[in-house]
Amino acid sequence: MIYLFVLLLLIIGLYCIFATFNLMRLLIGLELMIKAVTLLLINVGYSNGHLGLAQSLVITLIVIEVVIMVVGAGIILGLHSYHKSLNTKYIKLLKG
Amino acid sequence: MSKIDLIILIAMILTALWTVMARSLLRAAIGLALTSVIVSMMMYRLNAPLAAVFELSVCAGLISVIFITTISLTQPLTWSEIADHAKRRMRRFWLLPLLVIFTAILVLVSGVNFSLPLPSPEVEGNVRNVLWNLRPFDLLGQIIILLAGAYGVVILFREIKSK
Repeated sequence: MIYLFVLLLLIIGLYCIFATFNLMRLLIGLELMIKAVTLLLINVGYSNGHLGLAQSLVITLIVIEVVIMVVGAGIILGLHSYHKSLNTKYIKLLKG
Repeated sequence: MSKIDLIILIAMILTALWTVMARSLLRAAIGLALTSVIVSMMMYRLNAPLAAVFELSVCAGLISVIFITTISLTQPLTWSEIADHAKRRMRRFWLLPLLVIFTAILVLVSGVNFSLPLPSPEVEGNVRNVLWNLRPFDLLGQIIILLAGAYGVVILFREIKSK
């Protein structure tokens, strides 16, 4: 049953990434998808008894997630200082 | 699955929906922290306390601080602008709750069994033993990624300052 909720959480994150034009919301959608994967790993570990391995993988995943978010937030700050906007419609410097 | 687990999972989906559909970015960041807290509760229920503590302290704490700092530094829209913008946003996001409900009904009706065929339970030792003795290469990767992240942030902020 948890797999169904993991799937729903993944869909919510994916929809957020597809439907938004805001860079911060894009990061939030990515974070929701990572949470779904985290929960899936723990659930699989719980199901097959390899919970120690699953937890160690989740800890690695969380460390990587933090680095992604910090670097993403830094990139957003840099883009905002240049374009004065977080809307991806107005960030056209590398377009085409 | 007990009723408490079901309540926790439904609360997780509701807070995730609130995170995505919230008008202001600040509320979205708070909703993300709430989702993280509920995910860590679920992890604790699944007998994974160490991962739950990491999720609670890092994802609900540190990442929320990073998001709220970024939001305050980028000076997003004012409340009146948010209210104007909300109607246009809702046009893009009204489909999401319907999509979630439709997927849940579709999966439940079609009877898709997500339970994987698993080997017999073979409970390992504690997680510290796995992390330090069985998978030391993961720790090396974590340290390299942390250093790369720190270097990236230093470079990014230096560029921002020079501009």
